[in-house]
Amino acid sequence: MAHLNAMPTMEAGQDRTMILNMGPQHPSTHGVLRVILEIDGENVVRIMPDIGYLHTGIEKTCEAKFYQQVVPLTDRIDYLCPLTNNLCYVLAVEKLLGLEIPSKAQWMRVLLNELTRINSHLVWLGTHALDIGAMSVFLYCFREREDILRLFEMVSGQRMMTSYFRIGGLALEPPIGFFDKARDFIRRFPSKVDEYENLLTGNPIWGMRTKGVARISAEDAIALGASGPTLRGSGVDFDLRRDMPYSGYENFKFKVPISQEGDVFARYMCRVQELRESNAIAQQALDGMPEGPIKADSPKVVLPDREKMKTQMESLIYHFKIITEGFAVPEGEVYQAVESPRGEMGYYVVSDGTAKPYRVHMRAACLANLQLLPAMCEGRLIADVVAAIGSIDIVLGEIDR
Amino acid sequence: MPGTPAITDIEQLKDHPAVIRLLASSSVVVEGAKFDREEMSIYVHRGSIRDACVQLRDDPGCPFNYLSDVTCVDWYPQEPRFEVIYHLLSISQRERVRLKVRLSGSSPSLESITSIWPSANYFEREVYDLFGVRFEGHPYLRRILMPESWDGYPLRKDYPVEGYR
Repeated sequence: MAHLNAMPTMEAGQDRTMILNMGPQHPSTHGVLRVILEIDGENVVRIMPDIGYLHTGIEKTCEAKFYQQVVPLTDRIDYLCPLTNNLCYVLAVEKLLGLEIPSKAQWMRVLLNELTRINSHLVWLGTHALDIGAMSVFLYCFREREDILRLFEMVSGQRMMTSYFRIGGLALEPPIGFFDKARDFIRRFPSKVDEYENLLTGNPIWGMRTKGVARISAEDAIALGASGPTLRGSGVDFDLRRDMPYSGYENFKFKVPISQEGDVFARYMCRVQELRESNAIAQQALDGMPEGPIKADSPKVVLPDREKMKTQMESLIYHFKIITEGFAVPEGEVYQAVESPRGEMGYYVVSDGTAKPYRVHMRAACLANLQLLPAMCEGRLIADVVAAIGSIDIVLGEIDR
Repeated sequence: MPGTPAITDIEQLKDHPAVIRLLASSSVVVEGAKFDREEMSIYVHRGSIRDACVQLRDDPGCPFNYLSDVTCVDWYPQEPRFEVIYHLLSISQRERVRLKVRLSGSSPSLESITSIWPSANYFEREVYDLFGVRFEGHPYLRRILMPESWDGYPLRKDYPVEGYR
Protein backbone atom coordinates (compact mmCIF):
# COMPACT_ATOMS: atom_id res chain seq x y z
CA MET A 1 0.00 0.00 0.00
CA ALA A 2 3.01 2.26 -0.24
CA HIS A 3 1.57 3.93 -3.31
CA LEU A 4 -1.20 5.37 -1.19
CA ASN A 5 1.15 7.09 1.16
CA ALA A 6 3.15 9.44 -0.97
CA MET A 7 2.39 13.00 0.05
CA PRO A 8 5.35 15.01 -1.11
CA THR A 9 5.84 18.74 -1.04
CA MET A 10 4.51 20.24 -4.22
CA GLU A 11 7.11 22.15 -6.16
CA ALA A 12 7.33 22.66 -9.87
CA GLY A 13 10.41 20.72 -10.72
CA GLN A 14 10.66 18.73 -13.85
CA ASP A 15 10.66 20.36 -17.25
CA ARG A 16 7.41 18.97 -18.53
CA THR A 17 5.14 19.64 -15.60
CA MET A 18 3.60 22.70 -14.05
CA ILE A 19 1.80 23.43 -10.79
CA LEU A 20 -1.81 24.52 -11.02
CA ASN A 21 -4.01 25.72 -8.18
CA MET A 22 -7.62 24.68 -8.28
CA GLY A 23 -9.53 26.64 -5.72
CA PRO A 24 -9.91 27.70 -2.96
CA GLN A 25 -12.55 29.64 -4.89
CA HIS A 26 -13.35 27.17 -7.61
CA PRO A 27 -17.05 26.38 -8.11
CA SER A 28 -16.48 22.65 -8.32
CA THR A 29 -14.69 22.44 -4.98
CA HIS A 30 -17.92 22.92 -2.99
CA GLY A 31 -16.70 25.49 -0.57
CA VAL A 32 -13.13 26.40 -0.03
CA LEU A 33 -11.10 23.37 -0.92
CA ARG A 34 -7.80 24.12 -2.57
CA VAL A 35 -6.38 21.38 -4.73
CA ILE A 36 -2.79 21.69 -5.86
CA LEU A 37 -2.22 19.86 -9.11
CA GLU A 38 0.99 18.97 -10.83
CA ILE A 39 0.02 18.57 -14.45
CA ASP A 40 1.64 17.40 -17.60
CA GLY A 41 -0.53 18.93 -20.28
CA GLU A 42 -4.04 17.80 -19.38
CA ASN A 43 -2.81 14.86 -17.33
CA VAL A 44 -2.64 14.98 -13.57
CA VAL A 45 0.72 13.78 -12.29
CA ARG A 46 0.20 14.49 -8.64
CA ILE A 47 -2.59 16.00 -6.64
CA MET A 48 -2.66 17.37 -3.13
CA PRO A 49 -5.74 18.71 -1.35
CA ASP A 50 -5.09 21.67 0.92
CA ILE A 51 -7.72 22.20 3.60
CA GLY A 52 -8.32 24.33 6.65
CA TYR A 53 -9.83 27.45 5.08
CA LEU A 54 -13.04 26.98 7.05
CA HIS A 55 -11.47 25.96 10.33
CA THR A 56 -13.45 27.57 13.12
CA GLY A 57 -12.23 25.65 16.14
CA ILE A 58 -15.60 24.11 16.96
CA GLU A 59 -13.98 21.36 19.03
CA LYS A 60 -12.31 23.97 21.20
CA THR A 61 -15.50 26.00 21.52
CA CYS A 62 -17.41 22.91 22.67
CA GLU A 63 -15.12 22.61 25.69
CA ALA A 64 -16.25 26.03 26.89
CA LYS A 65 -20.00 25.33 26.63
CA PHE A 66 -22.51 23.40 28.68
CA TYR A 67 -23.53 20.07 27.19
CA GLN A 68 -26.86 21.38 25.93
CA GLN A 69 -25.20 24.46 24.42
CA VAL A 70 -23.12 22.30 22.12
CA VAL A 71 -26.16 21.15 20.11
CA PRO A 72 -26.43 24.33 17.99
CA LEU A 73 -22.70 24.17 17.30
CA THR A 74 -23.06 20.70 15.82
CA ASP A 75 -25.50 22.07 13.24
CA ARG A 76 -22.81 24.26 11.86
CA ILE A 77 -20.30 21.53 11.19
CA ASP A 78 -22.06 20.07 8.22
CA TYR A 79 -24.67 22.43 6.85
CA LEU A 80 -26.21 19.77 4.62
CA CYS A 81 -27.05 17.33 7.39
CA PRO A 82 -27.46 19.32 10.62
CA LEU A 83 -29.92 16.81 12.04
CA THR A 84 -27.47 13.95 11.62
CA ASN A 85 -24.90 15.94 13.56
CA ASN A 86 -27.47 16.74 16.24
CA LEU A 87 -28.35 13.07 16.46
CA CYS A 88 -24.80 11.84 16.73
CA TYR A 89 -23.96 14.31 19.48
CA VAL A 90 -27.08 13.75 21.54
CA LEU A 91 -26.70 9.97 21.25
CA ALA A 92 -23.16 10.24 22.56
CA VAL A 93 -24.19 12.36 25.55
CA GLU A 94 -27.23 10.17 26.22
CA LYS A 95 -24.91 7.18 26.29
CA LEU A 96 -22.70 8.98 28.82
CA LEU A 97 -25.75 9.78 30.94
CA GLY A 98 -27.37 6.38 30.49
CA LEU A 99 -30.66 7.98 29.39
CA GLU A 100 -33.55 5.98 27.95
CA ILE A 101 -35.23 7.79 25.07
CA PRO A 102 -38.98 7.31 24.50
CA SER A 103 -39.81 5.50 21.31
CA LYS A 104 -41.69 8.37 19.69
CA ALA A 105 -38.61 10.54 19.94
CA GLN A 106 -36.50 7.77 18.44
CA TRP A 107 -38.85 7.30 15.50
CA MET A 108 -39.04 11.02 14.88
CA ARG A 109 -35.25 11.07 14.85
CA VAL A 110 -35.16 8.30 12.27
CA LEU A 111 -37.79 10.03 10.13
CA LEU A 112 -35.98 13.35 10.17
CA ASN A 113 -32.63 11.73 9.63
CA GLU A 114 -33.78 10.01 6.50
CA LEU A 115 -35.31 13.24 5.22
CA THR A 116 -31.95 14.86 5.95
CA ARG A 117 -30.22 12.16 3.96
CA ILE A 118 -32.53 12.83 1.03
CA ASN A 119 -31.92 16.56 1.39
CA SER A 120 -28.17 16.11 1.45
CA HIS A 121 -28.13 13.68 -1.46
CA LEU A 122 -30.28 16.07 -3.49
CA VAL A 123 -27.76 18.87 -3.04
CA TRP A 124 -25.00 16.44 -3.89
CA LEU A 125 -26.77 15.19 -7.00
CA GLY A 126 -27.60 18.67 -8.23
CA THR A 127 -24.13 20.11 -7.74
CA HIS A 128 -22.32 16.99 -8.91
CA ALA A 129 -24.30 16.97 -12.16
CA LEU A 130 -23.75 20.71 -12.49
CA ASP A 131 -19.99 20.22 -12.15
CA ILE A 132 -19.99 17.68 -14.91
CA GLY A 133 -22.17 19.84 -17.12
CA ALA A 134 -25.74 18.59 -16.70
CA MET A 135 -27.37 21.84 -15.64
CA SER A 136 -31.05 21.00 -15.42
CA VAL A 137 -30.78 18.30 -12.74
CA PHE A 138 -29.80 20.98 -10.28
CA LEU A 139 -33.12 22.78 -10.71
CA TYR A 140 -35.16 19.63 -10.18
CA CYS A 141 -33.16 18.59 -7.12
CA PHE A 142 -33.48 21.95 -5.46
CA ARG A 143 -37.23 21.91 -6.10
CA GLU A 144 -37.63 18.82 -3.89
CA ARG A 145 -35.04 20.03 -1.42
CA GLU A 146 -37.18 23.08 -0.83
CA ASP A 147 -40.06 20.82 0.24
CA ILE A 148 -37.84 19.08 2.76
CA LEU A 149 -36.56 22.36 4.12
CA ARG A 150 -40.16 23.46 4.60
CA LEU A 151 -40.76 20.31 6.64
CA PHE A 152 -37.72 21.13 8.77
CA GLU A 153 -38.97 24.65 9.21
CA MET A 154 -42.35 23.34 10.32
CA VAL A 155 -40.90 21.07 12.91
CA SER A 156 -38.04 23.16 14.26
CA GLY A 157 -38.60 26.72 13.07
CA GLN A 158 -35.39 26.64 11.06
CA ARG A 159 -34.66 25.57 7.54
CA MET A 160 -31.05 24.61 7.97
CA MET A 161 -29.68 25.10 11.48
CA THR A 162 -32.37 23.01 13.08
CA SER A 163 -31.03 22.03 16.55
CA TYR A 164 -34.19 19.99 16.88
CA PHE A 165 -32.80 16.99 18.72
CA ARG A 166 -32.01 17.67 22.34
CA ILE A 167 -30.27 15.62 24.96
CA GLY A 168 -33.08 13.38 26.19
CA GLY A 169 -35.47 13.72 23.27
CA LEU A 170 -36.82 16.39 20.95
CA ALA A 171 -37.12 20.12 21.35
CA LEU A 172 -40.83 20.33 20.58
CA GLU A 173 -43.81 18.21 19.75
CA PRO A 174 -44.15 18.03 15.94
CA PRO A 175 -46.84 20.53 14.89
CA ILE A 176 -50.32 19.65 13.65
CA GLY A 177 -50.23 18.86 9.97
CA PHE A 178 -46.56 17.91 9.92
CA PHE A 179 -47.18 14.21 9.40
CA ASP A 180 -49.62 14.87 6.57
CA LYS A 181 -47.14 17.13 4.82
CA ALA A 182 -44.37 14.58 5.30
CA ARG A 183 -46.58 11.78 4.01
CA ASP A 184 -47.49 13.86 0.98
CA PHE A 185 -43.82 14.45 0.20
CA ILE A 186 -42.92 10.79 0.61
CA ARG A 187 -45.73 9.75 -1.69
CA ARG A 188 -44.57 12.12 -4.43
CA PHE A 189 -40.84 11.62 -4.09
CA PRO A 190 -40.21 8.25 -5.85
CA SER A 191 -41.52 9.64 -9.14
CA LYS A 192 -39.13 12.56 -8.76
CA VAL A 193 -36.21 10.18 -8.39
CA ASP A 194 -37.37 8.60 -11.65
CA GLU A 195 -37.13 12.07 -13.18
CA TYR A 196 -33.51 12.51 -12.08
CA GLU A 197 -32.66 9.05 -13.27
CA ASN A 198 -34.28 9.73 -16.63
CA LEU A 199 -31.98 12.68 -17.01
CA LEU A 200 -28.79 10.95 -15.96
CA THR A 201 -28.64 7.18 -15.56
CA GLY A 202 -29.06 6.23 -19.19
CA ASN A 203 -27.58 9.43 -20.54
CA PRO A 204 -24.57 8.51 -22.73
CA ILE A 205 -22.68 11.73 -21.95
CA TRP A 206 -23.15 11.18 -18.22
CA GLY A 207 -21.95 7.62 -18.68
CA MET A 208 -18.83 8.71 -20.52
CA ARG A 209 -17.96 11.26 -17.88
CA THR A 210 -18.49 8.88 -14.97
CA LYS A 211 -18.02 5.24 -15.94
CA GLY A 212 -14.53 3.95 -15.31
CA VAL A 213 -13.49 7.33 -13.90
CA ALA A 214 -11.72 7.72 -10.55
CA ARG A 215 -11.85 4.03 -9.81
CA ILE A 216 -10.92 2.82 -6.35
CA SER A 217 -10.69 -0.77 -5.17
CA ALA A 218 -12.40 -2.06 -2.04
CA GLU A 219 -9.03 -2.75 -0.44
CA ASP A 220 -7.75 0.78 -1.05
CA ALA A 221 -11.03 2.30 0.08
CA ILE A 222 -10.80 0.50 3.44
CA ALA A 223 -7.12 1.33 3.85
CA LEU A 224 -7.77 5.00 3.15
CA GLY A 225 -10.65 5.19 5.61
CA ALA A 226 -13.50 5.66 3.14
CA SER A 227 -17.01 5.26 4.48
CA GLY A 228 -20.60 5.67 3.42
CA PRO A 229 -21.53 5.57 -0.28
CA THR A 230 -17.88 6.10 -1.19
CA LEU A 231 -17.06 2.78 0.47
CA ARG A 232 -20.19 0.98 -0.73
CA GLY A 233 -19.53 2.12 -4.29
CA SER A 234 -16.42 -0.03 -4.13
CA GLY A 235 -18.40 -3.09 -3.13
CA VAL A 236 -17.95 -3.11 0.64
CA ASP A 237 -21.28 -4.02 2.19
CA PHE A 238 -21.25 -2.00 5.39
CA ASP A 239 -23.80 0.43 6.70
CA LEU A 240 -23.85 1.52 10.34
CA ARG A 241 -27.65 1.81 10.33
CA ARG A 242 -28.00 -1.88 9.60
CA ASP A 243 -24.80 -3.32 11.06
CA MET A 244 -24.44 -1.35 14.28
CA PRO A 245 -27.93 0.09 14.73
CA TYR A 246 -28.64 3.15 16.84
CA SER A 247 -31.77 5.15 17.64
CA GLY A 248 -34.10 2.26 16.82
CA TYR A 249 -32.87 1.53 13.28
CA GLU A 250 -33.12 -2.19 14.08
CA ASN A 251 -36.91 -1.82 13.73
CA PHE A 252 -36.71 -0.81 10.08
CA LYS A 253 -36.38 -2.91 6.97
CA PHE A 254 -34.28 -1.51 4.19
CA LYS A 255 -31.73 -2.52 1.60
CA VAL A 256 -28.20 -1.20 1.59
CA PRO A 257 -27.34 -0.38 -2.02
CA ILE A 258 -23.85 -1.36 -3.10
CA SER A 259 -22.03 -1.25 -6.43
CA GLN A 260 -18.96 -3.21 -7.37
CA GLU A 261 -17.22 -0.99 -9.91
CA GLY A 262 -15.79 1.61 -7.56
CA ASP A 263 -15.98 4.42 -10.11
CA VAL A 264 -17.87 7.72 -10.13
CA PHE A 265 -20.90 6.08 -11.70
CA ALA A 266 -20.98 3.38 -9.00
CA ARG A 267 -21.03 5.99 -6.27
CA TYR A 268 -23.72 7.85 -8.16
CA MET A 269 -25.85 4.70 -8.36
CA CYS A 270 -25.37 4.00 -4.65
CA ARG A 271 -26.59 7.43 -3.65
CA VAL A 272 -29.51 7.49 -6.06
CA GLN A 273 -30.73 4.15 -4.74
CA GLU A 274 -30.22 5.42 -1.23
CA LEU A 275 -32.67 8.20 -2.07
CA ARG A 276 -35.32 5.55 -2.66
CA GLU A 277 -34.35 3.51 0.41
CA SER A 278 -34.37 6.56 2.65
CA ASN A 279 -37.79 7.43 1.35
CA ALA A 280 -38.97 3.92 2.22
CA ILE A 281 -37.52 4.18 5.74
CA ALA A 282 -39.23 7.52 6.22
CA GLN A 283 -42.49 5.92 5.09
CA GLN A 284 -42.06 3.12 7.66
CA ALA A 285 -41.30 5.67 10.35
CA LEU A 286 -44.48 7.57 9.53
CA ASP A 287 -46.62 4.44 9.39
CA GLY A 288 -45.35 3.06 12.67
CA MET A 289 -44.95 6.32 14.57
CA PRO A 290 -45.70 5.44 18.21
CA GLU A 291 -47.65 7.66 20.56
CA GLY A 292 -46.22 8.91 23.79
CA PRO A 293 -43.84 11.47 25.24
CA ILE A 294 -41.06 13.05 23.19
CA LYS A 295 -38.70 13.63 26.10
CA ALA A 296 -37.05 11.32 28.57
CA ASP A 297 -38.29 11.45 32.14
CA SER A 298 -35.21 13.03 33.62
CA PRO A 299 -35.96 16.49 34.99
CA LYS A 300 -32.36 17.30 35.83
CA VAL A 301 -31.31 16.96 32.21
CA VAL A 302 -34.36 17.61 30.06
CA LEU A 303 -35.89 21.07 29.99
CA PRO A 304 -39.50 21.06 31.27
CA ASP A 305 -42.45 21.97 29.09
CA ARG A 306 -43.24 25.65 28.95
CA GLU A 307 -46.76 25.07 30.27
CA LYS A 308 -45.56 23.19 33.33
CA MET A 309 -43.21 26.00 34.22
CA LYS A 310 -46.18 28.31 34.65
CA THR A 311 -47.90 26.03 37.14
CA GLN A 312 -45.24 23.92 38.84
CA MET A 313 -42.51 25.27 41.07
CA GLU A 314 -40.21 22.28 40.50
CA SER A 315 -40.29 22.73 36.75
CA LEU A 316 -39.33 26.35 37.12
CA ILE A 317 -36.44 25.46 39.42
CA TYR A 318 -35.15 22.71 37.14
CA HIS A 319 -35.37 25.02 34.15
CA PHE A 320 -33.42 27.68 35.98
CA LYS A 321 -30.79 25.18 37.12
CA ILE A 322 -30.28 23.65 33.67
CA ILE A 323 -30.00 27.02 31.97
CA THR A 324 -27.67 28.61 34.50
CA GLU A 325 -25.56 25.67 35.70
CA GLY A 326 -26.04 22.98 33.10
CA PHE A 327 -26.10 19.42 34.32
CA ALA A 328 -23.24 17.24 35.45
CA VAL A 329 -22.46 14.25 33.27
CA PRO A 330 -20.80 11.22 34.90
CA GLU A 331 -17.14 10.70 34.15
CA GLY A 332 -16.35 8.60 31.15
CA GLU A 333 -15.90 8.59 27.43
CA VAL A 334 -17.95 7.36 24.49
CA TYR A 335 -17.50 7.08 20.78
CA GLN A 336 -20.82 7.19 18.99
CA ALA A 337 -20.92 6.71 15.25
CA VAL A 338 -23.86 7.22 12.94
CA GLU A 339 -24.28 6.78 9.21
CA SER A 340 -24.35 10.32 7.89
CA PRO A 341 -25.10 10.94 4.19
CA ARG A 342 -21.35 11.06 3.68
CA GLY A 343 -20.29 8.10 5.77
CA GLU A 344 -19.27 7.33 9.29
CA MET A 345 -19.76 10.38 11.43
CA GLY A 346 -18.44 9.82 14.92
CA TYR A 347 -18.52 11.88 18.08
CA TYR A 348 -15.98 11.12 20.74
CA VAL A 349 -17.08 12.82 23.94
CA VAL A 350 -15.04 12.78 27.13
CA SER A 351 -16.57 13.87 30.40
CA ASP A 352 -14.69 14.75 33.57
CA GLY A 353 -17.85 14.81 35.67
CA THR A 354 -18.66 18.50 35.26
CA ALA A 355 -21.35 20.31 33.26
CA LYS A 356 -19.04 21.05 30.34
CA PRO A 357 -17.58 18.41 28.06
CA TYR A 358 -13.87 17.87 28.63
CA ARG A 359 -13.32 17.03 25.00
CA VAL A 360 -15.58 16.71 21.98
CA HIS A 361 -14.04 15.29 18.86
CA MET A 362 -15.88 14.86 15.61
CA ARG A 363 -14.79 12.14 13.26
CA ALA A 364 -15.57 13.74 9.93
CA ALA A 365 -16.43 11.29 7.20
CA CYS A 366 -15.38 13.75 4.51
CA LEU A 367 -11.93 14.27 5.98
CA ALA A 368 -11.18 10.59 5.56
CA ASN A 369 -12.94 10.35 2.21
CA LEU A 370 -10.92 13.27 0.85
CA GLN A 371 -7.78 11.20 1.28
CA LEU A 372 -8.98 9.04 -1.58
CA LEU A 373 -8.60 11.88 -4.04
CA PRO A 374 -4.93 11.31 -4.97
CA ALA A 375 -5.52 7.59 -5.42
CA MET A 376 -8.52 8.37 -7.62
CA CYS A 377 -7.10 11.08 -9.83
CA GLU A 378 -3.40 10.59 -10.39
CA GLY A 379 -2.71 9.66 -13.97
CA ARG A 380 -6.06 10.91 -15.19
CA LEU A 381 -7.31 14.11 -16.81
CA ILE A 382 -8.05 17.39 -15.03
CA ALA A 383 -11.70 17.12 -15.99
CA ASP A 384 -11.88 13.83 -14.08
CA VAL A 385 -10.69 15.58 -10.93
CA VAL A 386 -13.92 17.59 -10.98
CA ALA A 387 -15.96 14.40 -11.36
CA ALA A 388 -13.98 12.70 -8.58
CA ILE A 389 -14.39 15.57 -6.11
CA GLY A 390 -18.11 15.58 -6.79
CA SER A 391 -18.37 11.84 -6.35
CA ILE A 392 -16.94 11.78 -2.83
CA ASP A 393 -19.49 14.41 -1.77
CA ILE A 394 -17.38 16.69 0.37
CA VAL A 395 -18.62 19.34 2.74
CA LEU A 396 -15.79 21.60 3.74
CA GLY A 397 -17.46 22.72 6.93
CA GLU A 398 -17.20 19.18 8.20
CA ILE A 399 -13.66 18.66 6.97
CA ASP A 400 -12.29 21.81 8.59
CA ARG A 401 -14.57 22.06 11.62
CA MET B 1 -29.44 7.28 35.57
CA PRO B 2 -26.81 5.01 37.09
CA GLY B 3 -25.06 2.74 34.64
CA THR B 4 -23.03 -0.35 35.33
CA PRO B 5 -19.62 0.59 36.69
CA ALA B 6 -16.60 0.35 34.44
CA ILE B 7 -14.62 -2.88 34.51
CA THR B 8 -10.92 -2.19 34.69
CA ASP B 9 -9.66 -5.61 35.77
CA ILE B 10 -7.99 -7.11 32.73
CA GLU B 11 -8.61 -10.65 34.00
CA GLN B 12 -12.36 -10.14 33.61
CA LEU B 13 -12.01 -8.79 30.09
CA LYS B 14 -10.19 -11.71 28.57
CA ASP B 15 -13.12 -12.78 26.43
CA HIS B 16 -12.86 -9.73 24.17
CA PRO B 17 -11.13 -10.64 20.86
CA ALA B 18 -8.84 -7.61 20.89
CA VAL B 19 -7.66 -8.26 24.45
CA ILE B 20 -6.94 -11.91 23.68
CA ARG B 21 -4.99 -10.99 20.60
CA LEU B 22 -2.89 -8.29 22.24
CA LEU B 23 -2.12 -10.31 25.37
CA ALA B 24 -1.04 -13.25 23.24
CA SER B 25 1.42 -11.12 21.31
CA SER B 26 4.90 -10.94 22.76
CA SER B 27 5.80 -7.59 21.18
CA VAL B 28 2.87 -5.61 22.56
CA VAL B 29 2.97 -4.18 26.08
CA VAL B 30 -0.59 -3.87 27.36
CA GLU B 31 -0.82 -1.43 30.27
CA GLY B 32 -4.46 -1.92 31.13
CA ALA B 33 -7.96 -2.17 29.82
CA LYS B 34 -11.34 -0.68 30.55
CA PHE B 35 -14.84 -1.78 29.61
CA ASP B 36 -17.25 1.06 30.12
CA ARG B 37 -20.65 1.79 28.54
CA GLU B 38 -20.32 -1.17 26.18
CA GLU B 39 -17.03 0.17 24.84
CA MET B 40 -13.65 -1.45 25.11
CA SER B 41 -10.51 0.61 25.71
CA ILE B 42 -7.05 -0.89 25.83
CA TYR B 43 -4.03 1.02 27.07
CA VAL B 44 -0.93 0.19 25.11
CA HIS B 45 2.63 1.23 25.84
CA ARG B 46 3.94 4.07 23.70
CA GLY B 47 6.50 1.89 21.96
CA SER B 48 4.13 -0.87 20.93
CA ILE B 49 1.31 1.01 19.19
CA ARG B 50 2.47 -0.08 15.73
CA ASP B 51 2.71 -3.70 16.72
CA ALA B 52 -0.66 -3.53 18.43
CA CYS B 53 -2.27 -2.13 15.28
CA VAL B 54 -0.67 -4.76 13.07
CA GLN B 55 -1.76 -7.52 15.43
CA LEU B 56 -5.33 -6.32 15.51
CA ARG B 57 -5.53 -5.69 11.78
CA ASP B 58 -4.23 -9.16 10.96
CA ASP B 59 -6.30 -11.02 13.53
CA PRO B 60 -7.88 -13.85 11.54
CA GLY B 61 -10.86 -14.27 13.88
CA CYS B 62 -11.83 -10.63 14.24
CA PRO B 63 -9.83 -8.41 11.89
CA PHE B 64 -9.92 -4.80 13.00
CA ASN B 65 -9.19 -3.77 9.46
CA TYR B 66 -10.61 -0.25 9.50
CA LEU B 67 -9.18 2.76 11.28
CA SER B 68 -12.10 4.98 12.18
CA ASP B 69 -10.35 7.76 13.90
CA VAL B 70 -7.25 9.05 15.63
CA THR B 71 -7.54 11.79 18.19
CA CYS B 72 -6.02 13.07 21.38
CA VAL B 73 -7.03 14.31 24.81
CA ASP B 74 -4.97 16.73 26.88
CA TRP B 75 -5.14 16.03 30.63
CA TYR B 76 -3.10 19.10 31.60
CA PRO B 77 -1.77 19.57 34.30
CA GLN B 78 -1.72 15.83 34.99
CA GLU B 79 1.14 13.61 33.93
CA PRO B 80 1.26 11.72 31.60
CA ARG B 81 -0.39 14.63 29.93
CA PHE B 82 -1.57 13.37 26.55
CA GLU B 83 -3.65 10.41 25.56
CA VAL B 84 -3.63 9.55 21.87
CA ILE B 85 -6.72 7.55 21.00
CA TYR B 86 -7.25 5.19 18.10
CA HIS B 87 -10.69 3.90 17.22
CA LEU B 88 -10.57 0.67 15.27
CA LEU B 89 -13.48 -1.09 13.64
CA SER B 90 -13.91 -4.62 12.44
CA ILE B 91 -16.12 -4.36 9.37
CA SER B 92 -16.81 -8.09 9.22
CA GLN B 93 -17.42 -8.69 12.94
CA ARG B 94 -19.04 -5.31 13.67
CA GLU B 95 -16.86 -4.77 16.66
CA ARG B 96 -15.08 -1.66 17.85
CA VAL B 97 -12.06 -1.23 20.04
CA ARG B 98 -10.27 1.83 21.34
CA LEU B 99 -6.51 1.88 21.75
CA LYS B 100 -4.94 4.47 23.99
CA VAL B 101 -1.38 5.59 24.38
CA ARG B 102 -0.30 7.84 27.22
CA LEU B 103 2.38 10.41 26.48
CA SER B 104 4.30 12.79 28.69
CA GLY B 105 3.88 16.53 28.36
CA SER B 106 7.42 17.37 27.26
CA SER B 107 7.90 16.87 23.51
CA PRO B 108 5.26 14.16 23.12
CA SER B 109 5.88 11.78 20.25
CA LEU B 110 5.08 8.26 19.12
CA GLU B 111 5.34 6.14 16.04
CA SER B 112 3.12 6.89 13.10
CA ILE B 113 0.78 4.17 11.88
CA THR B 114 0.44 5.57 8.36
CA SER B 115 2.26 2.56 6.94
CA ILE B 116 -0.43 0.29 8.43
CA TRP B 117 -3.41 2.43 7.50
CA PRO B 118 -2.79 5.25 5.02
CA SER B 119 -5.99 6.81 6.39
CA ALA B 120 -4.03 7.77 9.50
CA ASN B 121 -2.27 10.41 7.41
CA TYR B 122 -4.77 13.25 7.87
CA PHE B 123 -5.83 12.14 11.34
CA GLU B 124 -2.27 12.24 12.64
CA ARG B 125 -1.60 15.53 10.94
CA GLU B 126 -4.66 16.94 12.68
CA VAL B 127 -3.47 15.70 16.08
CA TYR B 128 -0.05 17.16 15.39
CA ASP B 129 -1.58 20.45 14.29
CA LEU B 130 -3.90 20.90 17.25
CA PHE B 131 -2.00 19.16 20.07
CA GLY B 132 1.63 19.20 19.00
CA VAL B 133 2.08 15.45 19.28
CA ARG B 134 4.74 14.32 16.82
CA PHE B 135 4.31 11.13 14.83
CA GLU B 136 7.65 9.62 13.88
CA GLY B 137 7.78 8.21 10.41
CA HIS B 138 4.82 10.22 9.13
CA PRO B 139 5.41 11.03 5.44
CA TYR B 140 4.19 14.62 5.61
CA LEU B 141 3.85 15.87 9.17
CA ARG B 142 2.78 19.47 8.66
CA ARG B 143 -0.08 21.60 9.91
CA ILE B 144 -3.34 20.70 8.23
CA LEU B 145 -6.10 22.95 9.60
CA MET B 146 -4.21 25.90 11.05
CA PRO B 147 -1.99 28.15 8.92
CA GLU B 148 1.60 27.00 8.51
CA SER B 149 2.90 29.98 10.46
CA TRP B 150 0.66 29.46 13.50
CA ASP B 151 2.19 29.51 16.97
CA GLY B 152 0.98 27.08 19.59
CA TYR B 153 -1.39 24.16 19.57
CA PRO B 154 -5.01 25.31 19.93
CA LEU B 155 -6.61 22.23 21.47
CA ARG B 156 -4.18 22.05 24.37
CA LYS B 157 -5.86 22.91 27.63
CA ASP B 158 -3.38 25.70 28.42
CA TYR B 159 -4.32 27.46 25.17
CA PRO B 160 -7.10 30.01 25.80
CA VAL B 161 -10.41 29.57 24.02
CA GLU B 162 -10.22 33.11 22.63
CA GLY B 163 -6.65 32.55 21.46
CA TYR B 164 -3.69 34.74 22.32
CA ARG B 165 -4.24 38.37 21.59
